[in-house]
Amino acid sequence: MTEHTISAYEAELRHLAGKIAEMGGLAEQLVADSVQALVRMDTALAQRVVFEDRRLDQMQRDIEEASILVIAKRQPMAMDLREIVGFMRIANDLERVGDLAKNIGKRVVAINSSIVQKKLMVGVEHLAEIALEQLKHVLDAYANRNEALARQVRERDDEIDALYTSLFRELLTYMMEDPRNIGQCTHLLFCAKNIERIGDHATNIAETVHYAVTGSMFETERPKADLTSEQAIALPG
Amino acid sequence: MAQAALAPRDAAPAVFQTVRTPDLHPRPTKVKADTVKVFYGQKQALHGVTIDIPEKAVTAFIGPSGCGKSTFLRCLNRMNDTIDGCRVEGEILLDNRDIYDPSLDVVELRARVGMVFQKPNPFPKSIFENVAYGPRIHGLARSKAELEEIVVASLQKASLFNEVKDRLHEPGTGLSGGQQQRLCIARTIAVSPDVILMDEPCSALDPIATAKVEELIDELRKNFTIVIVTHSMQQAARVSQRTAFFHLGTLVEEGPTDHVFTNPSERRTQDYITGRFG
Amino acid sequence: MSETALTGPVDWTSENAVGRRRSRHAANRRLQFYGIAAISTAIGLLGLLITTLVIGGYPAFLQTKITLDFPIKAEYVDAADPAAGNYRNVVRDALLQIAPEATTPPQQRMLGQLLTNNTQFFVRDAVVANPSVIGGTLTLTVPAADPIDQLNKGLIDRTLPENQRRVNDVQLGFYDRLVEAGQVSAPFNWALFFNSDSRFPELAGLAGAITGSFYALLICFLISFPVGIAAAIYLEEFAPRNRWTYLIEVNINNLAAVPSIVFGLLGLAVFIQLFGIPRSAPLAGGMVLALMTLPTMIIVTRNALKAVPPSIREGALGVGASKHQVIMHHVLPLSLPGILTGTIIGLAQALGETAPLLLVGMNAFITSPPGGFLEASTALPTQIFIWADSPERGFTSRTSAGILVLLGFLIVMNGIAIFLRQRLERRW
Repeated sequence: MTEHTISAYEAELRHLAGKIAEMGGLAEQLVADSVQALVRMDTALAQRVVFEDRRLDQMQRDIEEASILVIAKRQPMAMDLREIVGFMRIANDLERVGDLAKNIGKRVVAINSSIVQKKLMVGVEHLAEIALEQLKHVLDAYANRNEALARQVRERDDEIDALYTSLFRELLTYMMEDPRNIGQCTHLLFCAKNIERIGDHATNIAETVHYAVTGSMFETERPKADLTSEQAIALPG
Repeated sequence: MAQAALAPRDAAPAVFQTVRTPDLHPRPTKVKADTVKVFYGQKQALHGVTIDIPEKAVTAFIGPSGCGKSTFLRCLNRMNDTIDGCRVEGEILLDNRDIYDPSLDVVELRARVGMVFQKPNPFPKSIFENVAYGPRIHGLARSKAELEEIVVASLQKASLFNEVKDRLHEPGTGLSGGQQQRLCIARTIAVSPDVILMDEPCSALDPIATAKVEELIDELRKNFTIVIVTHSMQQAARVSQRTAFFHLGTLVEEGPTDHVFTNPSERRTQDYITGRFG
Repeated sequence: MSETALTGPVDWTSENAVGRRRSRHAANRRLQFYGIAAISTAIGLLGLLITTLVIGGYPAFLQTKITLDFPIKAEYVDAADPAAGNYRNVVRDALLQIAPEATTPPQQRMLGQLLTNNTQFFVRDAVVANPSVIGGTLTLTVPAADPIDQLNKGLIDRTLPENQRRVNDVQLGFYDRLVEAGQVSAPFNWALFFNSDSRFPELAGLAGAITGSFYALLICFLISFPVGIAAAIYLEEFAPRNRWTYLIEVNINNLAAVPSIVFGLLGLAVFIQLFGIPRSAPLAGGMVLALMTLPTMIIVTRNALKAVPPSIREGALGVGASKHQVIMHHVLPLSLPGILTGTIIGLAQALGETAPLLLVGMNAFITSPPGGFLEASTALPTQIFIWADSPERGFTSRTSAGILVLLGFLIVMNGIAIFLRQRLERRW
């Protein structure tokens, strides 16, 4: 793509794109750390996640301000306008991702000492793996303006939703088996929900990428496989 | 014939295709241009422009300086006739009638296709006389009272009446730039044209005056077909329903304004409206 | 940015920089000085010219007059037919009252030379106008003869030997007696404006020349104004830009620079010899002047038309005015101040033109203003030319006075041009 006639404009856009990349990296890191903390019950790591999230919030505010300034100063058009709107939306999503990671971190601190059953953790870990992968892919898709990859991410959200639904049932089963598990399982359920939400934000970002690149919205409603909110849960036996 | 094979030195690419995006709800066509070519002496300024201009809507022509947008605009009321050595080829239909047909009187055409210019150019006469001039020379008013009625109505339509009602007989050149431009618009609509051509009508005005003129354009489009040439892409985006992008004497892209300014289909359009030209 | 780095900061206080600055300022001052010097020279020369003219011409604005009592004896003038009286004797008697000793014819002739040659006619006219004085005495002030006029204005040196003086000792004695009696006066010379030419300087005036010039200029205006404007409008608004119009344009520009005497020759050959217009007629002169003014008119009008901003034309065309309407309603009214200014300056030029008028004979000697366009006439500049050529001393100062009058007319005309420009010019 040819550069803008006004070099300062070009520099501003580059700066913002760099900020988004940085923010993406940080968000990714926070999610990975929070899941790590959960799996290992590493309270210190969890606390660091909670602390680091502030930086993410700050970055989001910075990006928003800078974007507004660019809009005010340059009146961007077409691709540039979409890109800037994309900056703001992606920053927003990433900030939310950070919040969700922080939430997981907080729950790790809350669960704390209690020994968590390994088998409960496996499902959550797998879910987190896929969510992280989604996040990573969507950030790659953004960095490379890869619309196909973004589409892939969006379609794969089904998988997370499905996984979450099965995890939900699994945890429910545990809770019914042994009421002592209820506390732990509830925390885990929320963590799983948070991870599932992270996947949703990845999808959002994928949509933003698609819009920024093509200028059009995705034609159909996003596939939705998280049916827990819609289904009546039949309590087993 | 041998000469015809030699392309002029600064000719546009031999093959080019205008990218067209239709309106979601197409309006009837008011002006239809088909392969319009304009030559200034040996130099070709327009390389075959084909476009349909919809009725009762604002169509904006954008493009870098010297891209032919003003030249094309001035074809629509045959203003190019006044330039020595200017030759127009192709066909322009106004309500399905060829405006270059010898049977059509150019004076009548210019009454039907009014024009507002870049620099406000009121006649050095009174405000009243400025607006009354057109109706007078075309004999549109049968009596003095009728003429007055036309003047007042035109000034009202140009949202200028309230500002000048107490000084209709003071010189039009004493108004501010924005008022002068609205006076010129009133002068144009006083002859009830079908089409109003505007050649960068706000380029000499300050932002407030520009906003007033833009507001007026938006109001006028209910009754008139408006074609506006502008250097301000924001203005084109604000006032027009359709946008046509010209470059090097060709029409590169035309489509709904919303489309052109958020997601143009042509690379050159994109480069131009995002400020990447050159 | 990189360039700054390459050249480094400029030291504006260095020896070199100061020197450059000084020489630049000096050059500015020199240029200004040359300009002022040139202007001063021009103004000085103009001042010199005007001063010379005023000094040379002012005596012509005063006329020495002598007041005498003319006894109108019935034996000389018959009350039944006062116009046929012997006024020569009336004048002689009147003069004898101041010099009764002049009894010999030579003495009486010298006495008679005190007054203008036409004194008897002045007296006759007065008597005809008022026959009741017959038998009584008529007191009349009449112009003194040119030598006495010169003497009275101090232009004749009394100390010169008598044979080098135009006034002899006897006349000097008579004159002194008249002065003593308070009968010599020098009022403003209205005759300069109301009399026509005469062989006698004391009677010569510019009325004929002014009238002739007026008629000629009127003809010149009536021809060159419409023709010039029409030609200019065609060339500026309608003519296609091609080799022919270019040729015409070049030729018009060249015509403006053709020596005026050539137009005179043309006028002589065509208007007088071919068309048979009477020689010396203001019609012929005016037509020649029109020819001469026409190129200027066309050029000035074209410039005035060109000066109308194209935006006005476009505006008018944009509301559907035809070419004719654009020109008549907008372009012409807006360029009128410029055209009028140009016209007046062109006419002023024509007013001062001499050579072509001489060729068509507008230097006729006429003693009464021309009554029409076809009567023989003279014009202001040719009148000046005639006077400058005349031997009588009195015409010297009249020549200068004539030039001053001509300059006065030119200044007035230019003043009108400036006034019109200021008054009619519209801003847009």
